[in-house]
Amino acid sequence: MTTTPPAGIKGRFAALRPAAGFAVGAVVLFAVAPLALSDFRLGLLAKYLCTAIVAVGICLAWGRGGLLTLGQGVFFGLGGYAMAMHLKIADAGPGNLPDFMQLYGTATELPWWWQPFANPLFALAATVLLPMAVATILGSFIFRRRVKGAYFAILSQALAAAFAIWLIGQQATTGGTNGLTDIQGFFGYDLDDPVNQRMVYFIIAAVLLLLIALARQLIHSRYGELLVAVRDSEERVRFLGYNPANVKLVAYVVAAGMAGLAGALFVPAVGIISPALIGIVPSIELVIGAAVGGRASLVGAVLGAVGVAWAKTALSEEFPAAWTYFQGLLFIVALAFLPGGLASLVGIVRRRRRSSRPADEQGIDEKAPVLPVGEAV
Amino acid sequence: MTVILGQMFTGISIGAVLLLIALGLSLTFGQMNVINMAHGEFIMAGAYTTYVLQKSISSAGISLLVALPVAFLVSGALGALLEWLLIRRLYLRPLDTLLVTWGVSLMLQQLARDIFGAPNVQTRAPDVLTGNITVIGGDDPLTFANSRLFILGLALAAVVALALTLRLTPLGRRIRAVVQNRDLAEVSGISTGRVDRTAFFIGSGLAGVAGVALTLVGPIGPTMGTNVIIDAFLVIVVGGIGQLKGTVIVAFVLGVLQSVLEYSTTVSVAKVLVLVAIVAFLQWRPQGLYTLRTRSLV
Repeated sequence: MTTTPPAGIKGRFAALRPAAGFAVGAVVLFAVAPLALSDFRLGLLAKYLCTAIVAVGICLAWGRGGLLTLGQGVFFGLGGYAMAMHLKIADAGPGNLPDFMQLYGTATELPWWWQPFANPLFALAATVLLPMAVATILGSFIFRRRVKGAYFAILSQALAAAFAIWLIGQQATTGGTNGLTDIQGFFGYDLDDPVNQRMVYFIIAAVLLLLIALARQLIHSRYGELLVAVRDSEERVRFLGYNPANVKLVAYVVAAGMAGLAGALFVPAVGIISPALIGIVPSIELVIGAAVGGRASLVGAVLGAVGVAWAKTALSEEFPAAWTYFQGLLFIVALAFLPGGLASLVGIVRRRRRSSRPADEQGIDEKAPVLPVGEAV
Repeated sequence: MTVILGQMFTGISIGAVLLLIALGLSLTFGQMNVINMAHGEFIMAGAYTTYVLQKSISSAGISLLVALPVAFLVSGALGALLEWLLIRRLYLRPLDTLLVTWGVSLMLQQLARDIFGAPNVQTRAPDVLTGNITVIGGDDPLTFANSRLFILGLALAAVVALALTLRLTPLGRRIRAVVQNRDLAEVSGISTGRVDRTAFFIGSGLAGVAGVALTLVGPIGPTMGTNVIIDAFLVIVVGGIGQLKGTVIVAFVLGVLQSVLEYSTTVSVAKVLVLVAIVAFLQWRPQGLYTLRTRSLV
């Protein structure tokens, strides 16, 4: 893939490159990984791919739109809880209460806001639509009044804190600190069965590829150009007659929907959703992968998310202290000295090799996959 | 009646703690435009300083008094070091300072865990501060905790000291000059780099003082900074960036609001409602309670 084609047909190759990359990704996810990895490892990979799905949204909202959302955990959690609530109800069987409610004995019947989730279609739709609805309400309030930059980051972080605290406080109906645990079935399939675990992995991998393709289309559309324009100079976009608030809102809502879907898929893959997975710290951790890999590049963000999640499992179990230092250092080095993330290294190296071609990037490095501008509408 | 007064006092004392925590931030975030997530860990450093001093000084009262300046120096030095190592490279990228300093805060938390252990520790409060003052006696008494009154006094003293420093001293003039127009300050012969570092020293030092105060109301642990930092940022955002007046008012208003809502609902619901109130408030005043008047479009 990295061979340099002869000058004449370079353009045609460049246009094919994303498709080729996509095909390689599909082969790795669907053929190489399931063959090469044990069931246990594949389960872990499924978990990492969920964070990669969140990273696709973060790439869109933060890398492209400049919206540093530190509250993706909220949307991840909304999706996750919506899915887990349905699966808990299904596990309990008709007429029975989920096990933790019986344990606390506080509720004699399903709380009213649990009841719609008994319907699988409602629950599935809610995993995506609920986060998007919350993002729409919050986003339109925040962006319309031109609350931006640091203010937005802090508010989104406060939202994550408040949501986690609220979940912990509602012990009787949300499972409190424990969250919703011990999920056994997934729409009639037993999750203990490794074959079904594989199926969950394949679903997650397919969703990831699908969302990458969707995000790519968005990024290379006119809307994508507008989004970058809003990030770089919001006032100029306003003078041109667009409403930056709407542009930002779309990116924020789409990112929220992706995070919700990731949370929903995380539940069958891991079997648990709890406040500890969605508070301030995990919300920032979702950002770190995208930052290290390259916030503005889809491939970078996704690979970064998987890589950091993998490194966390590999290192944190054996050396918890060392991992924390390493994670902190990773953050500092990636953001202070390599703001474009590892993905920008490719561009830096390439530019150095062909120093004849003028490089006119400015601001944060923005090495998206090369594509003729304005190709897709 | 005394119930309401008691709740008001609780709210005011929550506000005083918030104010102490947010005060240093109003300098580093409000004036310098740096979102320092490690501020919470500077608070933690102040708290652990108190803990260490109490190990070596037997009298709780004296150790507390010694801890105030020492914690200021310890946290201040940490802040200046952070500014010199990292933040001065990032002044034009405020959002990145947030994430970079979060990395720093992770490492400081782990450092605290390695040095002092993961479980929380506690300090003894001096005898003077353990009691209560009875304001209204009788069947339905109204009492104020001495430690809370001490924190209230400390917060107000810190506000006055900071305001006077900014307003009256040459250093304060230089800080204000750099905040208002960095380039003009630079050509006027002010060493902006040094001013930045000094401002950071003071702001972080105030976090250390807040840490000393927090030892009076709660346990000391590696994650204590994370728990309070978001609230402090919200105070600054709602108060208006770089507005000391706004910080003071909003800290107390949010404290009372939190206390009243906790009384009528639960702690967790109160947190959510306060956030909703803040978002609603920002609809009315997106730039915070007080703003610098400016003709800039941004």
